[in-house]
Amino acid sequence: MSLLRSLSDGLRSLFRKEQVNRELNEEVNSFLEMAAEEKRKQGMGRKQALRAVRLERGSLEGTKEVVRSAGWESYAETVGRDLYFALRQGRKNPGFALSAVVVLALGMGVSLTIFRFVDAALLQPLPYASPERLMSVNESNAESPRWPLSYPDYLDWQRLNKSFRSLDIYNGSGYLLQTRSGATAVQGERVSGGFFQTLGVRPMLGRDFSPDEDRPGGPNVAILSYGAWLHHFGARRDAVGLTVNLDNAAYTIIGVLPRSFSFARAGAAEFWVPINTLSPHEQMRTFYNFWGIGRLRDGVSAREALAEMSAISKQLQMQFPTSDRSEGASVVPLSEVILGDVRPILLTLLGGAGLLLLIACVNVTSLVLVRSENRRREIAVRGALGASRSRLVRQFATEGLLLAAFGGLSGVIFADWLTKILWRLVPKDMAADMPFLAGVGWNTHTCTFAIAIAWMAAVLFTAAPILRLTSQQPGDGLVNGDRSSANELWQRLGARMVAVELAVAVVLLTGAGLLGQSLYRLLHVPLGFDPDHLASVEVGVSATGTEKNQQTVALYREILRRVSSLPGVESAGISSMVPVQCNCPVDWITFPGRPFHGEHNTVDERHVSADYLTMLKATLVRGRFFTDTEDASKPKVVVINQALAQRYFPGQDPLGQRIADYEGGRRSEREIVGVVADVREGPLDSDIWPAEYFSINETQDPYFSLTVRTRQDAGAMLPLLVSTLHQIDPDLGAFHEMTMKEQIEDTQTALLHHFSAWLVGGFAAMALILGVVGQYGVVAYSVSRRTREIGVRMALGAERRGVVLMIVRQAARMVTLGVVVGLLASLGVSRLMASMLFGVNSYDPLTFVAVAVILAAVALAACYIPARRAARVDPMVALRYE
Amino acid sequence: MVDKPSDLVQGTLDMLILKTLALESMHGYGIAVRLEQMSKGVFRLNAGSLFVAFQRLQRAGLVRSEWKATENSRRAKYYVLTDQGRKRLNSETREWGRQVAAIARILEAS
Repeated sequence: MSLLRSLSDGLRSLFRKEQVNRELNEEVNSFLEMAAEEKRKQGMGRKQALRAVRLERGSLEGTKEVVRSAGWESYAETVGRDLYFALRQGRKNPGFALSAVVVLALGMGVSLTIFRFVDAALLQPLPYASPERLMSVNESNAESPRWPLSYPDYLDWQRLNKSFRSLDIYNGSGYLLQTRSGATAVQGERVSGGFFQTLGVRPMLGRDFSPDEDRPGGPNVAILSYGAWLHHFGARRDAVGLTVNLDNAAYTIIGVLPRSFSFARAGAAEFWVPINTLSPHEQMRTFYNFWGIGRLRDGVSAREALAEMSAISKQLQMQFPTSDRSEGASVVPLSEVILGDVRPILLTLLGGAGLLLLIACVNVTSLVLVRSENRRREIAVRGALGASRSRLVRQFATEGLLLAAFGGLSGVIFADWLTKILWRLVPKDMAADMPFLAGVGWNTHTCTFAIAIAWMAAVLFTAAPILRLTSQQPGDGLVNGDRSSANELWQRLGARMVAVELAVAVVLLTGAGLLGQSLYRLLHVPLGFDPDHLASVEVGVSATGTEKNQQTVALYREILRRVSSLPGVESAGISSMVPVQCNCPVDWITFPGRPFHGEHNTVDERHVSADYLTMLKATLVRGRFFTDTEDASKPKVVVINQALAQRYFPGQDPLGQRIADYEGGRRSEREIVGVVADVREGPLDSDIWPAEYFSINETQDPYFSLTVRTRQDAGAMLPLLVSTLHQIDPDLGAFHEMTMKEQIEDTQTALLHHFSAWLVGGFAAMALILGVVGQYGVVAYSVSRRTREIGVRMALGAERRGVVLMIVRQAARMVTLGVVVGLLASLGVSRLMASMLFGVNSYDPLTFVAVAVILAAVALAACYIPARRAARVDPMVALRYE
Repeated sequence: MVDKPSDLVQGTLDMLILKTLALESMHGYGIAVRLEQMSKGVFRLNAGSLFVAFQRLQRAGLVRSEWKATENSRRAKYYVLTDQGRKRLNSETREWGRQVAAIARILEAS
């Protein structure tokens, strides 16, 4: 109530100033008059009485001032006046205001954007119940710290452990969904029954898996993702209870997951089914196919859990000594597994954005300083007229706050725009693997961050000119305007700030240079085949089962015959997987006649048609490729790559030798008939693994990739490939049609490198521009201040060339300082980045030298312009100057 | 002689003004004179602190004001105690008494 009155009263004083003032005047006046009257009664003269009252009670004006300044409205009024003054200053000098706001918006916008991604990925908890208790629980071995579990191992781990409240497994799979319009490929995920409970997620509609559905031989049921419910069932409430046809089997829908649910490791999986049907492989203890997650019991730490699981793993090895001895367990936080890949790149980007923000702030601070320098006389006059120091400080603070507020606001708008652009650059497949990025946006963290950086900037812009101006006596400014010793101090300060900017630019340029080089190296690693003019499409055959095997081979032949005869197709081939994707699936091989101690001889396993390797233009080193007649009825043969030959047959002729593996529990042996020069099957940044190629006519995969070499543009061939496949059989699933170039560029490795190189490159370019503009500004300013001095020098006979040299030499000193400091800092920063680099040393001398030369050249060019302008000064004009 | 409110015990000026107004409404000078008389010249207030206190009390809703003619037919602003002000005066007086008694006990104890 009284707050309201105070408010309305204050507002009245603000907006009906005249009236309030008149009332106060009258009231105080009558007070003083009455007091004077009293004095007169005691015998004083009128004048004398008024004087005595003024002494005793205070003067009219003084009292009015005291009363006026006691209310809140007087404070508001001062702030308002300061604001108005600051805005007017900005309008009077739009160049300054605009450039400062633009530079700030740039720096703040970029760092805000990157911080929003960092926040979404690294600061927001995973969307599960107490996510910090969720662990990724897996096997480990000598080759890999994290290796999937086999199903029997999982059952034993689950039964024996005491560390986890629950332990579950998951494994990705794909299905052909039969719809009225034909078959479409859908992503699925097989999970053990307690998977969603372990995560702490409950279906939005319907129910979770029941225990009998989890047991082997249980009924076919599926839980839909929210997306699948939306796209395939039109968000119908009665979708639960319907059946769908997946890979020619009927699955009953029992539930729909909430919209907010995501599981990064399952990508955009639409159909979640229980693991109740196991293939013969999957029942083996040595078939490692399932990833585990577990929820720790209260009070159990990850380390204790790891110790227990390792012990269990050892115990199982004693019991079932078929597998190798190096096996252990791995227990790491689930967040580590989900975010491990993006963490370094995000932190690098955040670092880069931070540096950019630093440059922007330094740049604007030096602008503010230059301006305060120009206003020194104004400040001196105001000081001399009685403005108190705190009043002047408040004026600066208002201007600093206003600048930071405008910069911050523009930065927020810029950040929104930039976020959208970045989002659009992330391919859809990759976005599905990073569901946590959907949380990019405004929340407490990001708002706090925005306010914090704006606040810091405001403090900087306030403190700099205040420290600068209060270090001198007010008299200085009045007496000699600007040619005082303080001017030298400012020049040194300005030079130091420019050196900081240049140093930061060096760091960013070095980072961009290293990342750019590693991107180049990555895109130019030897592939072992010709990726140009290749188009591929993945194919799924829904008809499976032994009786269909002959049909599968016939289908391969029909597809290859029809596709090869298409106009524009040079050759065609079929393979279980296209190259440059993954060092998976793998096979463990043994060599008949050699001693075997359970070691893992891991090789990539690919199934290919007879002409596939020829079509890729892979080089045959020895022997031959397959023939079309080599199917399951013929003696088994294998083609190996050079890496396999060198590792396992050093100094021998591999042709005619045999290698063996266990497929589905049955040992099979194959004779080596050919050696192919290494084709890159795994990701761009990995070493070439040994690889074996089987005839696909022998293995008869129901899922495969069809690849053709075209005469013209490969992309134009894609629709024709799909329609031809559907002509052959409308029930064939055809999906992921892409050119080989796209396939390679869309791999996560290539994308991450592209992203970091381009973003850091962009930061570096902005930093370079800001740094050089800052450099130009400082030199130009100092030249304009030294016009008279230069005039004197020239009048005394200095040559133009000499003047230019003098200015450039002085500037060169700060450029050198900046570059040297920047290079030293880069040495440290590049070491932190080492994990993101490919094929380039983090101390790559070429990059460092190139950055130093480029930056020095550009910076010196920036000061050459004002230096030449200085040299063109007419001595007579300069001497008369001010 | 005390002439600055800071020399008054903090916060007592408001209470004293309320007390002055408890009997009848009064204008600024009247209040000043009354305070002086009652304190036998100990509290002589300058106009500034007095009027700031008036503004404060008015905004807190403890007093209200009206323009009236004085006995010398001069126009002056009269301050009137509100109900809220009267309640506040009572509670503050009680509190004051309690504190003074307590302070006295402490001072006498040694």
